[in-house]
Amino acid sequence: MNLNQLTAHELLNLMKKGEVSPQEILDSLFKRIKKIEKKVKSFVFLPPTIFKKKCSDKPNSQKVIGGLSSIPIAIKDNICVKGEPTTCASKILQGFKPPYDGTVIQKLKKAGAILLGKTNMDEFAFGSSCETSFYGPTHNPWDLERVPGGSSGGSAAAVAADETILALGSDTGGSIRQPASFCGVVGLKPTYGRVSRYGLIAFASSLDQIGTITKDVTDAALLLNIISGYDPKDSTCAKIPVPDFRKSLKDNIQGLKIGVVKECFKKGLDKEVGEKITDSVKLFEKLGARVKKISLPCLDYAISCYYILGPAEASSNLARFDGVQYGLRKEVKTLKEMYEKTREFGFGKEAKRRIILGTFVLSAGYYDAYYLKALKVRALIKNNFDRVFKNYHCIITPTSPQPAFKIGEKIADPISMYLSDIFTVPVNLAGLPAISIPCGFTKSDLPIGLQIIGKPFDEETILRIAYNFEKNTDFHLKKPIL
Amino acid sequence: MLYQTKIGLEIHVHLATKSKLFCGCSTEFGSKANTQICPVCLGLPGSLPVFNEKALDLGIKAGLGLNCQIANLMQFERKGYFYPDLPKGFQISQFKLPLAENGFLEIETESGAKKIRIKRVHLEEDAGKLLHKEQCSYIDYNRCGIPLLEIVSEPDISSPEQAYSFLTNLKTLLQYLGVSNCNMEKGELRCDANISLRQKAKGKRQKLGTKVEVKNMNSFKAVKDALSFEENRQEKLLKIGKKIIQETRLWNESRKETILMRKKEESPDYRYFPEPDLPLFSIVKERIDKIKKTLPELPSQKRERFKKEYNLEKKEIEIFIQNESLAVFFEETISELKNWMADKKISEKSFPLLIKLTTNYLISDLTGLISQKGIEFRDLKITPENLAELITIIGKQEISSRAAKDVLKIMFETGADPPHIIEEKGLKQISDSEYIENIAKEIIEKNQKVVLDYKKGKESALEFLVGKIMAETKGKADPIKAREILKKILKT
Repeated sequence: MNLNQLTAHELLNLMKKGEVSPQEILDSLFKRIKKIEKKVKSFVFLPPTIFKKKCSDKPNSQKVIGGLSSIPIAIKDNICVKGEPTTCASKILQGFKPPYDGTVIQKLKKAGAILLGKTNMDEFAFGSSCETSFYGPTHNPWDLERVPGGSSGGSAAAVAADETILALGSDTGGSIRQPASFCGVVGLKPTYGRVSRYGLIAFASSLDQIGTITKDVTDAALLLNIISGYDPKDSTCAKIPVPDFRKSLKDNIQGLKIGVVKECFKKGLDKEVGEKITDSVKLFEKLGARVKKISLPCLDYAISCYYILGPAEASSNLARFDGVQYGLRKEVKTLKEMYEKTREFGFGKEAKRRIILGTFVLSAGYYDAYYLKALKVRALIKNNFDRVFKNYHCIITPTSPQPAFKIGEKIADPISMYLSDIFTVPVNLAGLPAISIPCGFTKSDLPIGLQIIGKPFDEETILRIAYNFEKNTDFHLKKPIL
Repeated sequence: MLYQTKIGLEIHVHLATKSKLFCGCSTEFGSKANTQICPVCLGLPGSLPVFNEKALDLGIKAGLGLNCQIANLMQFERKGYFYPDLPKGFQISQFKLPLAENGFLEIETESGAKKIRIKRVHLEEDAGKLLHKEQCSYIDYNRCGIPLLEIVSEPDISSPEQAYSFLTNLKTLLQYLGVSNCNMEKGELRCDANISLRQKAKGKRQKLGTKVEVKNMNSFKAVKDALSFEENRQEKLLKIGKKIIQETRLWNESRKETILMRKKEESPDYRYFPEPDLPLFSIVKERIDKIKKTLPELPSQKRERFKKEYNLEKKEIEIFIQNESLAVFFEETISELKNWMADKKISEKSFPLLIKLTTNYLISDLTGLISQKGIEFRDLKITPENLAELITIIGKQEISSRAAKDVLKIMFETGADPPHIIEEKGLKQISDSEYIENIAKEIIEKNQKVVLDYKKGKESALEFLVGKIMAETKGKADPIKAREILKKILKT
């Protein structure tokens, strides 16, 4: 048995029984990373000392304290860890080591988790393929020539390749769910406001949410238990009690009403993806759920709306990277030149594209036509979901219209890249929770993901539906051959 | 002047909170550079602002004091621009939904009281401070995130003098409310001004002239000077038919002139948009009502009351308005005065006179002593009770006014009570007619030439003789009585 292939809940059980020591877990991960990391390139920082840290720990049931005692976890490179490099996979943040821990990191440390290292991502989370990273792309463990998805591609690939037990990602328009679907793992984006954003380097503050990438649904619930909850340091974090998400897994889904978005099956949807979604619907019906086709006309406008609001906020959030306090600075003669050169050399192409786009839509004379209008569209999209949720417990869609594409295939065509998030983006605009779970494979063995969208702060229902699906399938157990 | 001047002011004041607007860092002035900072006010990646509601309460107070409508719904927005003292590349400010709007502040003008409308009052964070040394620039982030209240007036001010009194009244109001200390030297109050001139025209409504913004004034006087300079500059240009260009100019204090900073086209587009890290903030009526109840007496109310209760001159009232501790001392003295009057059986009729005396002694003599010695009002040794007693003694003409000044000085230095001092120094005024008459006869005897002058009609000769009597009695004689007696003797 390879410990690195197990889930957190399995390892916690084994440690509790005294059958496995934290060091053994670390050793097996280290072995795995040593063997395959050069092929996958999930991590951007991986302090080698981490694997020696817990040497003295022996199997001992008394030692299991906190919900994630000695469970290794990988962290997306846009979440601040005190004293560790946190660069958003950007050149402009080279050398930046935050002097503080983000709230989720504090919670993980308190729960006893072991932070493995920082995972690769699209620069500042701008992208759906991990190709815009300053460090170069991460490779999909199922097919090294393909992208792992993005922006949390490093986290998804590390979990899929068994280089870590758990991972944190962030999701602004699908950045957890789309890579989870491309890599055949479970990706959960909680409701906006469920998890504190304090310490998450912002892309679009009104859309960003930290979430989990795990090998199964139980681990998603386990990890969500740890990271959720009100945080006085984040004014957008909700003062809503956190249930025990693991308890919500127990019930069956008899009688639950599921809406399948019919617009998803329009052109542009990969045939094999469509088939797997249809198969999933059949399974839900077999499990006693009532599935009906519903219409979400807002899908047509979501991408346009998102690519106004997202860049607008991003252009402002990224203004602080000016070479003054931290990160890259180009030493030149004048202040203006310093700003220009630092940002010219520090940001990649996609980051520049979004900064320019965002600056434009917020400019005098354009604000009403773009930003204000997009806000109105966003409100309509929310209404659209609210209406459906009056009659349904959840909504399902494919996570992405296609399985993982080849590295380089879409990088020159931003619009086609943006469209790979068409089903995930509306969820962020509406602030809803959603989970992507493996629901099958293509003939060429590429994973396909199913997205389950829930009502605000009802992660329990989507976890329960996902868990019931998982219990009756074995897609999550299949491992890539590396 | 051919032209009519329109001035609008934009004032920034530091709110008197202990901690910053969006983090818990201290707002104390004068600490070592970069010792009052945290990830939030440094704008470090990943940090988020959390609104300090103490600033809101102070802002509401100011809004109420300025007769504004307080918003039901308030929103923070981001104002984007690049500058090294602005660590996030944007300032959290307010734009579309400010804290308060549509108020006014009254000022005195030559033609009576005038209401200057207040356009808006909003909250925002301060930036850091740049320090330039030799070839290098340094940044002190201590000031970053200190809560500022921005107060914007309508262009209702029509002269630099009015701008000056607006600022004075505003500062006094904010100090009364405890909203800000308004210390300009500590940068707690800063003022920018907009000024435009237009042709005077009767009857018809006319468009405003092109406005020029003036910045970098470090005192109220500088504001007045800069506006006077600008008024002249623009008038000269208009007179020779030139157009005013919309621009921002900087006041140069040493050269006493404004210089061009940037033209309108060069002014930045701030790209305001709602701050996504801070939710909309609703201000409930209960909160406003609660604050209303805690409002102290405002300067405008005090002006009215001082006029009604004490019948003071405008100038005197203004001195008390500007100097709150002096006003408190005054009112305490008046209340003690009533007790002394009852004790000494002084008629109610002389109350106005005693108030007048109190006012004079406070405003000129005591204030003079205080500024001479450079002490703080709270360290004063004189009590209102002692001063009130001194006033009654003066009122009853038991000592001369010259002696009274000496007594006051000793009171100021030692804190002793007036009868004690008068006794010890033998200052009691001599009103004994017989005694004065004897001295007067002696003086007349010795100064026959002066007497002759007086008899020839030289009035000032009499004053000389009074002076001689005062000198002879070491100032103790009642000069009025002395004059009367001299006249009586010389008539015969």
